[in-house]
This record gives sequence, structure tokens and C-alpha cells, in this order.
Amino acid sequence: MTWIISILNIFTNPLFYKITLTAATPFIFAALGGVFSEITGVVNIALEGIMLLGAFVSIVFTYLTGSPWIGVLMAMISGLGMAWLHAWASIKWYGNQIVSGTALILLAQGLTGFLMEPIFGKPGQTDFIGRIKDIKIPFVKNIPFVGEIIGELNPLVFIAIGLVFFSWWFLYKTTMGLRMRAVGENPEAADTLGINVYKIRYFGVLMSGILASLGGAFLSVGELGQFKELMTGGRGFIALAAMILGNWNPIGAFWACLLFGAAEAMNNQLQSSPILQISASTKPLFNMLPFIVTIIVVSGFIGRTRAPAADGVPYIKD
Amino acid sequence: MAAGIENVKDYAVVMRGITKRFPNVVANDHVDLFVKKGEIHAIVGENGAGKTTLMNQLYGLINPDEGEIYINGKKVNIKNPSDAIKNGIGMVHQHFMLVSNLTAVENIILGSEPRKGAVLDIKKAKKEVKELSERYGLYIDIEAKIEDTPVGMQQRIEILKTLYRGAEILILDEPTAVLTPQETEELFEIMRKLKESGKTIIFISHKLNEVMEITDTITVMRLGKVTGNLKTSQTNPKEIAKFMVGRDVLLRVEKKPKKPKHEVLRVENLWVKDNRGLDAVKGISFNVRAGEILGIAGVAGNGQTELIEALTGLRKAENGKVFLLNDEVTNKDARILREKGLVHIPEDRQKHGLVLQFPGYYNVILGRHYKTPFCIDGFLDMRYIIDYSKKLFEDFDVRPKDPKILAANLSGGNQQKVILAREMSSSPIVSIFAQPTRGLDIGAIEYIHKNILKLRDEDVAIILVSMELEEIFSLSDRIIVMYEGEIMGEVMPEETSYEEVGLMMAGSKLEMIRSGIK
Amino acid sequence: MKKRIMKINLSAFIVPVMSVIIALLIASVVILLIGKNPLIAYYEMLKGAFGSSQDFINTIVKTTPLILTGLAVGFGFRAGVFNIGAEGQMSMGALFATIAGMNLGGFPPYIAIPITILSGMLMGALWASIAGFLKARTGAHEVITTIMLNWISYYLGNYMVAGPLSVGSGTPKSPEIAASAKLPVIIKSQSIELTPGIFIAILMAIVIYVLLEKTSTGYEIKAVGFNPYAAEYGGISIAKNVVLAMAISGALAGLAGALEVMGLHYRYLGTLTSGKGFDGISISLIGQNHPIGIIFAALLIGSLRTGSNAMQFAGIPKHIVMIIQGIVIFLVAADRIVKTILTYRKKHKAGVEK
Repeated sequence: MTWIISILNIFTNPLFYKITLTAATPFIFAALGGVFSEITGVVNIALEGIMLLGAFVSIVFTYLTGSPWIGVLMAMISGLGMAWLHAWASIKWYGNQIVSGTALILLAQGLTGFLMEPIFGKPGQTDFIGRIKDIKIPFVKNIPFVGEIIGELNPLVFIAIGLVFFSWWFLYKTTMGLRMRAVGENPEAADTLGINVYKIRYFGVLMSGILASLGGAFLSVGELGQFKELMTGGRGFIALAAMILGNWNPIGAFWACLLFGAAEAMNNQLQSSPILQISASTKPLFNMLPFIVTIIVVSGFIGRTRAPAADGVPYIKD
Repeated sequence: MAAGIENVKDYAVVMRGITKRFPNVVANDHVDLFVKKGEIHAIVGENGAGKTTLMNQLYGLINPDEGEIYINGKKVNIKNPSDAIKNGIGMVHQHFMLVSNLTAVENIILGSEPRKGAVLDIKKAKKEVKELSERYGLYIDIEAKIEDTPVGMQQRIEILKTLYRGAEILILDEPTAVLTPQETEELFEIMRKLKESGKTIIFISHKLNEVMEITDTITVMRLGKVTGNLKTSQTNPKEIAKFMVGRDVLLRVEKKPKKPKHEVLRVENLWVKDNRGLDAVKGISFNVRAGEILGIAGVAGNGQTELIEALTGLRKAENGKVFLLNDEVTNKDARILREKGLVHIPEDRQKHGLVLQFPGYYNVILGRHYKTPFCIDGFLDMRYIIDYSKKLFEDFDVRPKDPKILAANLSGGNQQKVILAREMSSSPIVSIFAQPTRGLDIGAIEYIHKNILKLRDEDVAIILVSMELEEIFSLSDRIIVMYEGEIMGEVMPEETSYEEVGLMMAGSKLEMIRSGIK
Repeated sequence: MKKRIMKINLSAFIVPVMSVIIALLIASVVILLIGKNPLIAYYEMLKGAFGSSQDFINTIVKTTPLILTGLAVGFGFRAGVFNIGAEGQMSMGALFATIAGMNLGGFPPYIAIPITILSGMLMGALWASIAGFLKARTGAHEVITTIMLNWISYYLGNYMVAGPLSVGSGTPKSPEIAASAKLPVIIKSQSIELTPGIFIAILMAIVIYVLLEKTSTGYEIKAVGFNPYAAEYGGISIAKNVVLAMAISGALAGLAGALEVMGLHYRYLGTLTSGKGFDGISISLIGQNHPIGIIFAALLIGSLRTGSNAMQFAGIPKHIVMIIQGIVIFLVAADRIVKTILTYRKKHKAGVEK
């Protein structure tokens, strides 16, 4: 009974929705990245690594320049670099995309861990370095309930939501978007019409790098203001699950990200619930929640969504 | 016949001395091709003669090692499809190059989209495509997604794609392979209309009657070389065939009359769904007897694949029953069916028939790999397996005769022989052949046809599914025709005609045809 | 014919070796960037891994679980599944081996040891089978499900040592297993002990080799891995073999966890796996998914791991090992890069000789 009451309490608390939005933001960036890459036919499981490196690079440059926005910009460049490596291996050299993605995750984990001591003088995690300030929206802030959710948020949250609609418009309304979808579905057909399959795929993968790195930057300079080793904690993979659940469509992925964000918010709120009084030793059990939700969702919906037909298949011109 | 360089101006297309080498094979060996403006020109030859390779070079999909290309008298360098498109060349490929989750109009404009800035001007695109389709009588549903579009319409979309890009020279690679006889007539109508409006058409085919009907001039190819340049009005199918094969061909196999014996396989009211969950087979019933070949005719995609998969345990039947020698075997899995003596030469030999990364000796035991004498107490008897496969390779004339070679490194014909060897050597009582000769050269086709008849002589019940009417007519003892998952009628080959079967393939029921209603 | 087979094996050997060399070169640039001398770093690393008998035993101890996680991932690859979940399976194996081992005090070693090992293997197999079952049943991609299962096992392990199994203070940890469930020590050099674990690992490599190459089960698993459509056509159940392959793969990872408990830590710790499951991915790729190749690849990564501890004293973070692994895997993924470099050199040489 106390469980039902506390869950109901959580649902009626605007804080839950605010945390949901914040928790969903890194998923949204990374899932959009996944969509851009996979819609052209390149599987990118390196999202996890790109996010981690983005989180690290943005903190490093915030530390060096004092400006978290420069940090974000540099994170995007680091994401571009990682994505270029993935594109180079999988498009130019027809490499195994999943193995290449795994390599880049390891590389990001290695590099960020390796550089902690030389830059910050200690392993594990940095001190508080600085973060992007939340913005208040004057009128919205005073609306009851809604105002408490979206009245004061990190600007990156709004950017993420804006990018959802931009991505949808880009993929479904522009010529580039049409060509990207064609290349992911039937690269040979696109090729016979004079479309450069390799260039389009490079574009998709590079975009995914920029987007995913923004997700990483949000975790560090957007939320915490510090970097912790392995701080992405599997979010890149959850974002991939959101992309699948969202049927490789930006809007669909957005809803899925909100669902996973809600799972994280629920976990967070249950752990701090004054009624339930969860003990420190049982908290790890609650941390499993987002991962269990992901497994259930991926297993339950996979047959009902449809991946681009050429997803993960290198295009080899004979 | 060879035209001198001085008069290349008279020709829409001149290809001179084109040579293309692939590892192990010279696909085009100094090929010359001359196509006059405004004519329909056939390129004929067997599978593997190098027709498609030649056209892929004209369209820039691959680049020649040697040789020159002239378009309208001007020497051109075609490095990729964009160059070909710029030179007014369009190609409709044998396997359609359509993006299945995009609409017809999106497919047509792809790569040459009308735009406002970066934005796709879909309104303008629709208007332009509509106009074009009306001008040439190429009727299509421009809003429909390709995956929901019938094959005949897909072909019209492909032709529109080339016209949208302003093609003056159209290459049609085996365009009739997927059409019913009636749809073929419609296509020919369109081709004539295009010719009238001044377009040049290159028509690739191996169906000689069609070549005789529609074309003006013919280039015959064999083993990568041009063996003949003919005027259609001055030649006949026999002569063309001789140039194609290099000897007189047996256009039909000898088939002795034979009385079928007891019923072996019976199918009652079978319903099967396709991958998208739609009904693909809708309540089909038939039987096959020992020593009988039942031909199943129909255009690709009318439920034949799903029917065979349901019969061989690869797909679940939703409803209905299947009996093998009066035992019900509905939805039994593939292993049980194999143990009961049902074998299957699959439609897609590389996808289903072989593990390409396995050597030959592993492939010839697939399906019986767990049984003695190949496997004893869970352990494979490698020495026995290799000896056995050597003998089988010998008996079925697989070349090279070394079973240690990976299946991937065998030619198409030899891959099919490996499958045939495996299936025939397991003493079948029912044998299902799905498109057994697709993509093979005449020698291999003859070999496979002989073996199918040999099985018939051994009283095996045989189902033969083929898109090639000629194959169906020359081998079958009985023919059923499938259309949209239903049987349109059952006929005896000697009591019917191509036209009647063609009408059934296009969806008319036999009773209706015979009673004069179409 | 014999010559040809030799040639194929040689090239299968050259690509990973070249990849490792290139990775070491690139990593030395990274080391230079933080102002250290890569030559000294690699010398320290080599000394740390093989400098003394104690170091050598330590390398063997570190190699033992890596052979098993490498086999686990490699076996999965042969069946066409990418098991990134060896980390979690190893952790679950260790956890259940600990629980079994804690409760077997009343039994003699010849009963306690096999039961402890089997509990670890069984739990690893079960944990991996979840992903196998979901893939076979719903098509859920094993890369995503095994990663999620890794996190779940991570938090489950944390919960167990913080809650039900918690003992003592400081680092959360479980109680020790019973003495009869510990593996006997065969060599001891100062504080480093060598147990027969390494022989169990090598034995498993041989078992897996025989299973894959000599049995009909191996035939079926390989057929499913190469071409599931043809396998199904040949009457081989894809679902059954995917689940079986995941279970065997998980059992190997679980065994790695059990041996770590029985021969090294004698208890469960949250940090017990510390990336050894992920190392399995690089090991299987470097070893070209071949059981014997995997033994050598595990030795390579094992010595990098021990050597990296020594490197840390020279001021180089041990994360360099991950960077090296990342580069190696990258080069194995796009093996055409290495092949192109090799053929270019060959051509170049031929040109010079002319």
C-alpha cells in the first residue's frame, strides 16, 4: 500500500516530470545521432563512447577556458573525430560496424581514464569545474505545475527538443533527407541514380557523432559540472534501444527517450521517497530499473518496428 | 557489318573494343556494339554471355579495361551513372532498383529532385511525374509505396525514372522476366510508343520469340564475345540460337510418357502468411503422385515461395493440412520432413541451399550431418565424410572435383550441382524444385532437366516451381497456375497453350477463360 | 593444397600480430603526448610482466580468466552472436560460486570444488541464456540485451555485498568460501599463488576446439553462425542453437568468475570482474575466434595487464591498456586496412627488387 501511495505521489509531483525531461535529454541527443547514422545504413554502437568522450572533452575545455559553451563546442569536434573513425572503418574499409563501435567505446574509456591524471591530477573524478546555467522562462515559470516542469531548465534540454523537430524536418522534407533514407534502404538503387552512397553515409555518421557528443556534454557540463570515469553508464545503449523502439524516426525516438527518462526519474524518486525510506544497501536494486525496462521494451517491440533494410551492411561496389 | 569510325555519327551508341576482365574470367572480350538512333536493338545471349556486363559499362556502373564509347557520334568517358545520365542514357535493371519504403514519385525524382533551397518541392515533383506518365501511357499510382506496388507497375516506375532524367537511350535488361505474357504485350506497346517519339531502346533478352517480335536489329553474344550481328527481319530463332550456343540446340528435352502411381503428397486448404503478416497462400489444395512432375506456374511473388516454405517446414502454415503418404505432416519441422524423404532444391541457392563459408564436404552432408554414417555418437567421422563427398563430386561432375574447396568459390552451376548431389543422394520420395535453372547456362540447364526426369523415372513425386513457361511446359505432367495465393486452374501441358496459362498467371480463372469470359 | 592451407593460416596470424604492433606504435604516441618516454614505458611493462618468477606467475594468474572470457566471446562469434555480456556472466558466475562455496564447508574438496565450479558455470550459462532466448524468441539484439544484463548484474552484485552477503567493513565484500572449495596452490612465490586454474582454462580451450571441429553440435552451431537460412533449411534449429551457443558462452564466462573466486579472491567483490569480460572481446578478435589463438591472445592481454601495473609506477596510467586494445579491435574490425598496408609493402618490395 505504501508503494502505491508513494508511486502516486511521484506521479502527481511536477519534479518527476522535470527529472524525466532532464534524464531523457542525453538519450534524445544520442538517439537522434543513432537515427542519422542508421537511416543511411551504418550501425553505430559507438554512441556510448562518443558520449563519454564528449562529456570529458567539454569538462576539459571548460576547465581550460572557463566557458562551458566552448566546452560543448569542443565536445562536438571530438564527436566528429570519433564518428569519422567509425565512418572510415565501416564505409571506406567495409569493416564490421559492431566491432568497430566496440573498439571506439574502449578507446574512449581508455583515453578519458588515461588523461584524468595528467590533466586533473587525480583519477576517478574531477572536482566541480563549471556548468551551463539553467534558464528561466519569465511567464511560463509562473504557470502552476507546467511552470515547475519547464519554467527553469538547462538550455541544452530545449536544444535537444528543438533538434528532434529539426531532425524530423531534415530527414523527411529535404532532398538530403530523401537521399539518406534511400541510401539506408537500397544503396545500390541510389548509386544507379548517381547518388554518392559513401558521401551520404559519411554525412549520417558524422552527424551522429556531433549529436551523441552533445548528449555526453549535457551529462557533464549540463548537469553535474564535473566528469566521472565511465559516467555515461550504458546510456548510449539505452539510446540505441530508444531509436529502435521509435522505429528509426526522430519523433518516435523522442517518445521512447521520454519513457526511459521516466524510468530513471522513477528510480530517482523512489530512492529518495520519504515514505518508503529505502536503505542504502537496497538502492542498487532500484538502479536496475532503467536497464530492466530497456530489455523488456527491446524484446517486446522489436518485431513491430522495421530497421532500414541495408542497416549494418557495408556497401561494396564491384 | 562493322561500321567504320567515319560514320559513328549515324549511331546513338557505338561501343568499340570493349574489354572487361574479372578475376578468373574475361566478361567482355573486345566487344563492338552499334545501335542506330530510334531503333529497338536486341542483345541476346545465354546467362553469363556478358550482356549485362556490357550494359553496366555503358551505364557507368563498372568501367571497361579497354575500349571506347561514342554517344551520338561523340566520344564520351562514362565513369559513373551520373555521367551516363548526363549523356541521356537510362537503364532499367533486371532486379529493380527501387527503394521499397519510398513512394513511386520519390523513387522517380531521387537524385534529380526539384527543390526550393534545400527543401524538396514535392508538389512540383508530383506534377512533373504525372505529366510524364500521361504522355507515354505509363500509368502508375504516384503516392503508393513501392512495397505495396505490383511488379508490372514497378517496371513502369523504372521506365519513368529514366524518362524523368531525360533519357534518349533506354537500356532494358531482361524486362519481361517478371511479367505475364499479357503484361509483356503491354510493355511492347509502351516500347513502340517510345520508339515513335524518337527514343533508342536496347533490349536485353534470351527469349527469342520476344526478340523476333519487338526488335529491329540484334547483336548476339557468347562467352564474352559478339558472335553475330543480325537484322531481325532477315533471321529466325533457329539461326539466333545457333549463334548463341555455338551448336544446334535441343530446345526441348526428351520426355517419355509415364503413368503416375500412388499419391505421395496431398495438400488440403493450405493458408500461409508472408513476412509482413499478409495472406500469401489462400486455401490451396492439390496432390502429387509418384513418378509425376507437377509444374507450378506463376509470376514471382504470387505465393509460390511461401507455399514451398510451408511444405518444407521453413514457414508455419496458418490453416489446412499436408499429408505425406497419408501421414499428416502439417507444420512438422524441416528435419522430420527430411527424414520422411522430402527434399528441396531451394529458390535462392546461396541463401538457403549452401553454407558458402563451408567446404564442399560439409555442404553435401547438410541435413544428414547428425546421422550415421556421417556422425557417430555426436562425433563427425571426417574421413568417411571426405571420401563420401569425393565420390559424390565425381558422380555429379562438380568442377573442380575437390570437395575441400569452399562452396563460395564454386561457379553458380557447380553450386547447384552440389545441392542437387546432396538432395538426390538422400533417396527422396518427394522432391521440390524451386527455380532450379535460374541464372544457369544452357549446359547446366540441360544437366538439371535430365536429372529431374531421372528422378521421375525412379518414381519420385516432383513439384517444379518455375517462372519460365518453357521449362514448365517441357517438363511437367500436370500444371497448376498460382495467382495471388490461389490456384487459377489445373491443366495438362498438351491440352493448353502459353496464352491460356498466361491469362491464368494474370488472374483469370480457367473456367472463365474456357467459357469465354475474361 | 597443403601449401595453400598453410598460407591461409599465416595470413590469419599476420593481421592480428600487425594490428598489435600498430596499436603499440600509436599508443607510444599517446604516451609521448603526456611527456613520457614510450621506450621506458614498454620496458617497464615487459619487466613487470616477465621480469621475475613472481611477475611471471602473476601474468599467468591474470591470463587464466582471460582465456575463458576470450573463449566465451569467441564461441559466441562462431555461432553468429556477439556476446558483450561476458562481464556480467562472469560476475554472476563468481557470485553463485561464492554462495555455493560458502555453504560447502562440510564436504571434502573433491565434492566441494566441482560443485562450486559447476554453480558458477551454470549461473553464467543461465544469465547468458536470457539474451539467447530473447534473441531467438523476439529478435532482440544480443548486443543491447547483454549490455543491459551487465548493468543489472553489476547492481545485483553491489546489492548482494552491501546487503544479504555483506561482511566486515570497508570495501563491500562477501564472506570467504569454505577452505574445501578453494583450489589447491601448486606454486607459491612470495605472496603470489598459482592454482590449477590455468590448466582448467587451457583444457576448456581444447574442449571447445573439439566441440567446434569434431562434433555435429559444433557443425550445427557454425552453420547457424555462417548462414542461419541454410542451417534452417538443413533442419537445424536456429533458436535452439542460438540459446545453446549463448549458454555455452555464458558457462565459460561463469567459469572464469568461479575460478577467480576459488583461486584468487576466495570471496565475491564488486570489483571482481573489472573489465575482464570486456577484455574477452579483444582477445577473441586477436585470436581470430580460434581456441588456440585465444590462449595466446589472452597471454598477450594478461601480460599487458600485469605490465601496466608496473607502468603505473613510471607515471603512466594503466588505462593505456584499454587504448591499446581499442586500437587493436579497431584494426581487426577493418582488417582491410592492415591487409592493404601489408600488400602495399609487398608490392613496394617487389618493385625495388626489380
